[in-house]
Amino acid sequence: MVKKFIERFYVGFILFFLYAPIIILIILSFNNSKSRSKWGGFTLHWYKELFKNESIMNALYTTLIIALASAFIATLIGTAAAIAINSMKKTPRTIMVAITNIPMLNADIVTGISLMLLFVAMRYTLGFTSVLISHITFNIPYVILSVMPKLKQLNPHTFEAALDLGASPVYAFFKVILPDIFPGVLTGFFLAFTMSLDDFVITHFTKGPEINTLSTKIYTEVRKGIKPEIYALSTLMFIAVLLLLIIVNRRNAERKEPIRKM
Amino acid sequence: MTDNKLIDLVNITKSYGDNIVLDELNLYIRENEFLTLLGPSGCGKTTTLRIIGGFENPDQGQVIFEGKDITKMAPNERQLNTVFQKYALFNHLSIAENIAFGLKIKKKSKVYIDDKIKYALKLVNLDGFENRMPDSLSGGQQQRIAIARAIVNEPKVLLLDEPLGALDLKLRQDMQYELIRLKNELGITFIYVTHDQEEALTMSDTIVVMNQGYIQQIGTPEDIYNEPQNAFVADFIGESNILPSIMIEDKLVNILGTNFACVDTGFGRNKPVDVVIRPEDIDLVKPDEGTIKGVVTSLLFKGVHYEMEVSAHGHDWLVHSTDLAAVGSEVGILVDPFDIQIMNKPESEDEEAVELEM
Repeated sequence: MVKKFIERFYVGFILFFLYAPIIILIILSFNNSKSRSKWGGFTLHWYKELFKNESIMNALYTTLIIALASAFIATLIGTAAAIAINSMKKTPRTIMVAITNIPMLNADIVTGISLMLLFVAMRYTLGFTSVLISHITFNIPYVILSVMPKLKQLNPHTFEAALDLGASPVYAFFKVILPDIFPGVLTGFFLAFTMSLDDFVITHFTKGPEINTLSTKIYTEVRKGIKPEIYALSTLMFIAVLLLLIIVNRRNAERKEPIRKM
Repeated sequence: MTDNKLIDLVNITKSYGDNIVLDELNLYIRENEFLTLLGPSGCGKTTTLRIIGGFENPDQGQVIFEGKDITKMAPNERQLNTVFQKYALFNHLSIAENIAFGLKIKKKSKVYIDDKIKYALKLVNLDGFENRMPDSLSGGQQQRIAIARAIVNEPKVLLLDEPLGALDLKLRQDMQYELIRLKNELGITFIYVTHDQEEALTMSDTIVVMNQGYIQQIGTPEDIYNEPQNAFVADFIGESNILPSIMIEDKLVNILGTNFACVDTGFGRNKPVDVVIRPEDIDLVKPDEGTIKGVVTSLLFKGVHYEMEVSAHGHDWLVHSTDLAAVGSEVGILVDPFDIQIMNKPESEDEEAVELEM
């Protein structure tokens, strides 16, 4: 009994420390007082302010567009790349996997500065497209990472079986290969989407003066002093990611059901 | 089986890098034949099947199907279907959708497809499985679905790549009967790849024994078993005693220093040959009644028979008999003349190919 209690307590303790900062953030976003140490009653005032703040709304819009577009394009390129890498012979495959892994481990600041240098050297004006290109670049490895294991699990003969039954290679890919690796592709997409939402450093170096994503916007706001609107904004972002996660997990759980109800 | 050549493989050569998998292979398959490619792993049997299916291109040579050269034709255009080793069912599709896959591509009507699904499931004894998903089926059931999925397309030839390899023994034996029944009901040509000699002997009209990219022997199961043409075939098919010998003259062979009467002729005089004697063809008699004497060195009970080793004239003779002779006892070895199978020593080119690990 005591052992069980300690186990439960320990888990609770860990969860508390993981989520305490976020809980405080959420509470403060409803606080009817500008002070961070005094509870002034419940209010939705900061949320109203947030939606009235045009520059933040613009940044939110840019962030979502970039996250969606970069995740989508990176998923296309990354999936195609993973399929190519998977069909390579052993040595080139190992080398390619290593090469595609490096950008993930690379410090963001190095990636950010080198991308910025590249754009400047090519006389490419920093702005929306340069940020988009940068996000696609750092997202591709995450897609490859999540698609590769699915490809490895694939029975090498399923593609051939589809051809054997008269399917053209393209039809066979969309009908047989893609559905099998789709969970991996979807994971890759969401991972890329989250990475893009989350990124500050690389965006900071490649964005130019014209545009802002949420993270760069918050950064500039914070320098002027933190306003409670930012708490409201962060709360909304947290809840959005939470919902996304629940949806993905639900989907995966349903996929495991062996018998289809027709 | 008719005498019409359905598929003709002409001078097929295939290599991966330095490794020659098939070397100028020539083989024809007749209409309605159950032909088995038999050999150890790496003998080229699967590569041969994949070349027929269109999944590999030969470096040289031609694949002729009904008189037409189909060497360069894509697999999806060939009138044959394959049953793959690990079933290769489409896991996200129901059993009915799996079976309908090929028919939908051919744009058959819904009524036709539904009829075919019913018919195919009945044929493989899995009625009512339409709405199940592949991973809810056992290995044997999945294999039957793979067969059903292939045959609804009414192929002229069904290619089977070790289809029973992943099943347990009892199921494998049941499936052998199923396959023979299917072949007879469908009346189409089966090309079957296996390394299991028992499967090959049970089901085939014709067996093609392969090793290291060469065909060692083509023949009926009886031919292959009773009259192996070289030491490799004799050793690979069933158990056997392979004894280096000298053909003294027609119908007389000297095995390990003793003359035995045999029935073979035409090998010339005093020519080195290999002799095959199947273990069940050796009779153990009283020491004085045998052609040669030996001592029993080991004894195993195998159920149907005893397996004994008899040391005689410097060779361990493998003997299968329902009569028991105790270890250490002296026995005589007697072999009927027609149970002695004489084979030429392997010749230069194939020498390496028939080398045995003995």
